[in-house]
Amino acid sequence: MNKTGVRIEARDVFKRYGPVTALAGVSLVVEPGSVTALVGESGSGKTTLLRCFNRMVEPEAGSISVGGRDLSHVDPVALRHGVGYVQQDGGLLPHWNTRRNAGMVPWLRGDPEFERRADEALNLVGLPANEFGARWPRALSGGQRQRAALARGLAGRPDILLLDEPFGALDAITRVDIQRTFRALQSELRVTVILVTHDLREAFHLADRVAVMKSGSIEQEATVAELQARPTTDYVSELLDKAGAA
Amino acid sequence: MLMSQPLVAQQEVQTSAPVVVATKLFAESYILGEMFSQLLEARGYVVDRRPGLGATEIAFAALREGEIDVYPEYTGTGLLVLLGEDPPATGPEAYRRVADQFRALWGVRWLPPLGFENTYAIAVRAETADSLSLVTLSDLAREAGGLTAGFSPDFIGRSDGLPGLARVYGIAPREVRPLLQAIKYQALAAGEVDVIDGYATDGQIARYGFTVLEDDRTFFPPYDAAAVVGRDIAENRPDVAGVLTELSGRIDVGTIRDLNRRVEIDGESVDFVAASALMSLGLVAGDVGEAVQEERARNASFVAYLWGRRASTLTEVRRHALLVTLSLLAGLMVAIPLGLLLERVRHAAEGVIRLVGLLQTIPSIALLAFMIPIFGIGVTPAVVALFLYSLLPMVRNTYTGVRDADAAAVASAEALGMTPRQLLRYVRLPLAAPMIMAGVRTAAVINVGTATLAAFIGAGGLGDPIVAGLALADTRMILSGAIPAALLALLVDTLLGRVERALAPEGLDPRA
Repeated sequence: MNKTGVRIEARDVFKRYGPVTALAGVSLVVEPGSVTALVGESGSGKTTLLRCFNRMVEPEAGSISVGGRDLSHVDPVALRHGVGYVQQDGGLLPHWNTRRNAGMVPWLRGDPEFERRADEALNLVGLPANEFGARWPRALSGGQRQRAALARGLAGRPDILLLDEPFGALDAITRVDIQRTFRALQSELRVTVILVTHDLREAFHLADRVAVMKSGSIEQEATVAELQARPTTDYVSELLDKAGAA
Repeated sequence: MLMSQPLVAQQEVQTSAPVVVATKLFAESYILGEMFSQLLEARGYVVDRRPGLGATEIAFAALREGEIDVYPEYTGTGLLVLLGEDPPATGPEAYRRVADQFRALWGVRWLPPLGFENTYAIAVRAETADSLSLVTLSDLAREAGGLTAGFSPDFIGRSDGLPGLARVYGIAPREVRPLLQAIKYQALAAGEVDVIDGYATDGQIARYGFTVLEDDRTFFPPYDAAAVVGRDIAENRPDVAGVLTELSGRIDVGTIRDLNRRVEIDGESVDFVAASALMSLGLVAGDVGEAVQEERARNASFVAYLWGRRASTLTEVRRHALLVTLSLLAGLMVAIPLGLLLERVRHAAEGVIRLVGLLQTIPSIALLAFMIPIFGIGVTPAVVALFLYSLLPMVRNTYTGVRDADAAAVASAEALGMTPRQLLRYVRLPLAAPMIMAGVRTAAVINVGTATLAAFIGAGGLGDPIVAGLALADTRMILSGAIPAALLALLVDTLLGRVERALAPEGLDPRA
């Protein structure tokens, strides 16, 4: 399953919802195989930006490119088959068992080996397929559900993985556990990852670079070390203070 | 020509279409209709009976549209309800006016009156009449302030009812309680009310010995009963009109009152009463004794009565099931695609669902009456009406079921590259299936109940014995329709409940 991710770039992206400006001209580059965390409060635009990369949100101006291709020319359905996605509450289909959920993307692509790919992905995220594959989502714990959702995001061997607060609703112990799994996985897979989180400490723990967002703009984008050492705005300093990580 | 060649006439008659004889929904109408039918049959005609049409408007619309050939009607009703005119004071003038106008407007013909008038009769208990010296309606006006009235809802609103009484006599009862025909007489006898509206010819007034007050200012219009025949009979089949005219002038008030009493109070069957009346009028030859034997057999225990009716019950159940099945299938084919469509154009959904809901608020009688000019009477309009009533629960449940399907599951499936069609097929529909089935189940059970109203427009089914039993005050007859209808509803609910569980996707919390 080894494979290296692709470069992602957003340039001057604008998005408005009625009178509310969600993205006010955002530019961001994510290097292949790296993890960038988008950090900010609710309404800062981080999820909107994330969803531009699988065309769940269409920008009004600016451009998004993945692996050098401008997304506005890419079929959204085909694009999404190559972009892993995990959301906070997992979003597993309740009427599909864990294996079928995990194998969704290969199955949608018509891959006849979708079940094997599902099992590989489940094993990878720490849910042995022979034990968990046949279970219904409601028979899984919260942490197991998020692992299954992560397996579903990875089973299609995506170039990019988009994570929207994937561990946000878990208790502290489960969370640390699954974060550890993610780090181990990432060091092996080297997918290009964008992680949305409101938790700066999680960002520091999991990401290579951090983009702090506020009111639809990026306040500062830097490596973890640089951000900790040299916050460029008051807002970022304040955030660092609050996180107790300065 | 026909009269001089009776044998030829007989043969022509038998190859021609059956004469469709209908009645309205009360005992006297049933008796007269059955007399028409038996007389026609005795003269060699084939008769198709459609008893118990639900209202004057339905019966008349069916006649006007050629769905039925004849039914008994009253001149006053013709003038007031159908022509919307104030009636003149005398009977002959009323008859002339309805006869002329109906012919000019619709080609419908009033045969010469049967010989009795059935007007409203304002009745009080004999003791009340004695103690307050009530003889006329003018006397009643004097005492009305201290009396409670029990009137039929119809009478309270009709211009020839309470509003007219108030205008002409100044009658203003202390309290007016709307009461149905069937319980009004008992209420008066029990002293619950002091004055009621009855019919001059019904058997109940005589049974309880009530006093009928004289209409001293001739306020009530003349209500001469007559057979009314449609355009086809009037223009093309004078022989049929000729047979029916044999009854003209032959039934006086005493006779009809007696016939009504035998059906309403003595519980004799309409068939038997009509047959014996025709025999005693000398219009039909036959042995009354034999009919009496059959009639005795009818008066057995309830179980024996139900057993005796088993063939009819089976036919009614089959027809009922047919009405429900057809309307439900048609409803499914429209409601589910519509519900799915609305989910795609949500801004229109509430409006459309409200519109569908509006259908539900149309009273069934009115809806059935609207249908007659388009679909006639019988199974078709009944199925269309039931179809319309079945839409709301199915459309609403499909729409909300699909709309509210696990939002996180739908969002993530879309983000992972399901097309809208795949989302519908693999996510929304399976998750909505239990909700959709619950809507189907609701619609089916409602339809089993509502289908009893199909009897009002001659569609048959288990409503037939129910409405006839109500009109004839025959509890056993009501139960012989109501019990199978209830059982059918339970059966349908149980079966569809099983389908609902079978269709619910595995993995869903059964308690959710």
